[in-house]
Amino acid sequence: MAMNTQGRPSRPLHAHDAGAYTDTFSGSRGLDQAEPLIFERGRVDVTGVDLPEPSGAPLRVGGLERKAEIGLPGLAEPETMRHYVRLSRKNYAIDLGLYPLGSCTMKHNPRLNEKLARLPGFSDVHPLQPQSTVQGALKLIGELAHWLMVLTNTPCVAMSPKAGAHGELCGMMAIRAALDARGETGRRRVLVPESAHGTNPATAVQCGFYCDEIPADATGRVDMEAFKAKLGPDVAGIMLTNPNTCGLFERDIKEIADLIHEAGGYFYCDGANFNAIVGRVRPGDLGIDAMHINLHKTFSTPHGGGGPGSGPTVFSQALAPYAPVPYVVREGETWRMVEHEHEAEGEPFGRMVAFHGQMGMFTRALSYMMSHGSDGLKQAAEDAVLNANYVLARLRHVMTAAFDGTCMHEALFDDRFLKGTGVSTLDFAKAMIDEGYHPMTMYFPLVVHGAMLIEPTETESKASLDRFCDTLEGLALAAQNGETERFTAAPRHAPAKRLDETRAARSPVLRWTPPQDQPQAAE
Amino acid sequence: MRYLPLTPEDRSEMLETIGVSSVDALFADVPDAARLDGPVDLPRRATELEVERAFAAMAGRNLTASSAPFFVGAGAYKHHVPASVDHLIQRSEFLTSYTPYQPEISQGTLQTLFEFQTQVALLTGTDVANASMYDGSTACAEAVLMAARITKRQRAVLSGNLHPHYAEATRTLAKYMDIDIHAAAPVPGGLDALADAITGDVACVVVQNPDVFGQVHDLRPLAEAAHAKGALLIAVFTEVVSLGLIESPGAMGADIVVGEGQSLGVGLQFGGPYVGLFACRNDRNFIRNMPGRLAGETVDADGRRGYVLTLSTREQHIRRDKATSNICTNSGLMALAFTIHMTLLGEAGLRTLARLNHERACEMADRLAALPGVEVITSAFFNEITVRLPKPAADVVEAMAARGVLAGVPASRLYPGAGLDDLLILAATETNTETDLDALETRLKEVLG
Repeated sequence: MAMNTQGRPSRPLHAHDAGAYTDTFSGSRGLDQAEPLIFERGRVDVTGVDLPEPSGAPLRVGGLERKAEIGLPGLAEPETMRHYVRLSRKNYAIDLGLYPLGSCTMKHNPRLNEKLARLPGFSDVHPLQPQSTVQGALKLIGELAHWLMVLTNTPCVAMSPKAGAHGELCGMMAIRAALDARGETGRRRVLVPESAHGTNPATAVQCGFYCDEIPADATGRVDMEAFKAKLGPDVAGIMLTNPNTCGLFERDIKEIADLIHEAGGYFYCDGANFNAIVGRVRPGDLGIDAMHINLHKTFSTPHGGGGPGSGPTVFSQALAPYAPVPYVVREGETWRMVEHEHEAEGEPFGRMVAFHGQMGMFTRALSYMMSHGSDGLKQAAEDAVLNANYVLARLRHVMTAAFDGTCMHEALFDDRFLKGTGVSTLDFAKAMIDEGYHPMTMYFPLVVHGAMLIEPTETESKASLDRFCDTLEGLALAAQNGETERFTAAPRHAPAKRLDETRAARSPVLRWTPPQDQPQAAE
Repeated sequence: MRYLPLTPEDRSEMLETIGVSSVDALFADVPDAARLDGPVDLPRRATELEVERAFAAMAGRNLTASSAPFFVGAGAYKHHVPASVDHLIQRSEFLTSYTPYQPEISQGTLQTLFEFQTQVALLTGTDVANASMYDGSTACAEAVLMAARITKRQRAVLSGNLHPHYAEATRTLAKYMDIDIHAAAPVPGGLDALADAITGDVACVVVQNPDVFGQVHDLRPLAEAAHAKGALLIAVFTEVVSLGLIESPGAMGADIVVGEGQSLGVGLQFGGPYVGLFACRNDRNFIRNMPGRLAGETVDADGRRGYVLTLSTREQHIRRDKATSNICTNSGLMALAFTIHMTLLGEAGLRTLARLNHERACEMADRLAALPGVEVITSAFFNEITVRLPKPAADVVEAMAARGVLAGVPASRLYPGAGLDDLLILAATETNTETDLDALETRLKEVLG
């Protein structure tokens, strides 16, 4: 069935280019330039790559040549450049301004890291070359593993997970494997605080566990009484983020670790917020059994509009034998990649991915770590915490802080200060766009009504924070003064007005289709 | 420290505003047992120059693909990437932006994802594609889980000619979901008889094309056999350029098509980051069960066309333990690189590129077949072939590397202990020159002696 028999045909809404303004002849407005899809601009017989002419020798594809037109448009290089540069200008970015997404750690991405990741010795080597020809690449993985183990005080790290959620999966699979090795078939319940990232429960389920939510106490931390009441012989473990998603250090974390261990379970720590404590606190000292580390958060590898990430996962002695393949070992002056389960020393739970993980992120992260050093990493964590507390201190008299006291690397507000104004958390966030800022994380964590979670990171200057706080203060006062339209009509100064998300979900248009016919149905 | 803008004076003023005497007070909740006296035992900060030198030393110990006659494939391929691709993906607005959850200031990323999804759907001959997975292997594993959800069956049949890393990643992900994996034995140069394994409780059959040995297959008989038993056909590819020459998996009856997009825009990068492609039929139940993000078209408050992330109720941040997958971060930037490279090529360029790859591989096959004791066992192929050697392939590859030629992947590295020690998998692409082929032929003759 063709897409456009179900959904709305994907075609421009106006006579000229899609997404265009109607009050100019061109559809552009100054630097905000209308740009159609490549499918509306390119042609299948145009190419922007010069290639030699094939000889036309007979094919040896078993008679399975692709004959029908595919429909892929091409553009010459100048048109391609212009198309994507124009599109890029419709994006917000860290390099443009403060990006206060709580839990996402949008810090500066050093360009040294980009340069080093592109050294041919790392970027132009194949994962299945003979290991004798990639000793430098294996050493780099080994070096990074060493830094991660020292920073966390753990004896083992799995480097292959491709992102944070993949690292969670790695950690929870090791827990499942350890339980299976102990013959514990009855332990399937995983305790997850209600403030947890959505990836935590989703991951637990993929390991054959089910989740049991622990409520937060009045201070935003794990309710210890509720936690203790939930311990039992069917508990596989706990998944706990620390500092947690309210931006608070779980001050009972050591007791939580001890209690879960006494109960026969394991402690999975979600390391998404490791940037708040790196170089200052080693999670291994807190009793964790497994923790993933988002290299794309704590160690500054770029988010790239949604990825790639990298999620190396550290393990305690108890879980180390179950770590997946592959991993690197040092044998004298030689580095070796152990690629198969039968060659491994322990009892790996398996292989998570083809090849060895996100090498391009490893180079960037190690460059960041070496640049900072032990002293710089500690300073970075301290500045991240200082910046968040400064924002909290400056704004708590106009916005409502969700909890009393100081915070770690992110400041959490709720929507009480908007009560009776007709302005929602969403409206408030969209008004920030008009002020030149990316909104903070909204409606997360779920334990706070209308949550607004602000993570400035350590790479903001005081002047930048002051401008940001002045702006938010202005907005909060405007909301309270009844300037509702400033919010409900926002954003007015962005490349697009508010998008109709309901319509997108109700009649999904997930690809372009030619306006005149429905050729996909025939294929 | 060059990345930290706060000055000592700033810090003092800020502490005063906060109302605490020192930064230590902000870490008061840390238990005593976890307090460190000083910095951890690692080197202290380093200048750019120092870091560059350390990296250059490590990089210098690797033999790069461009500095040797290079024939390594088996899941990652060396192709020339136009210079403009890397320039564009380093635009700050693409490189340093987050997932486009705020569509009003993310139309750049969202529109390129919409273009990416369309290109992937067209290439695979399917209707709908998502906004990328981590890589081909995890896309494959997720496809099996998706098939199990759709069919409500808990058994998957894997071709023995599926890349073993893909098979292992799938087995690992399925392990604790109580999905039974039946993996057939490899049949180099042929196709395993999977039809017999497709019983009425099978959710899906997973087959790679071209397979890990390079052999190209007509998937239609297998699609029919699967569909006859109510099972889905999942087609996998590791070389996306092949889709410029070989019939699309969708046209041959695949219900879900997954693969690796690394060949376009991404580069070798010692294994990652790559970009997983994930596509399927336009069926409500399929789309509802897809993993990963989807960009969709809509309009803004002025009625102008725009794009948003949509159908998020499948995803972990909304559905939590009921989500279709735990994936959050994907391969956005690599998807962008893929899309730019594909846009530069266009259909005409892709078809030419695919032809050039195939012709190189044909020439390589002819030259190798002419060597005494060497047998080419792939009869129909795209840009990768498997040869039987009179000596263990692993030894041959080492000996060739010592002579400066990266001659491919011994099958035993992928299938240890499977009795395939004499098989060597070699790929040829548009980057290989006549000189490369001369070197391969001459050195191999020497090594085989």
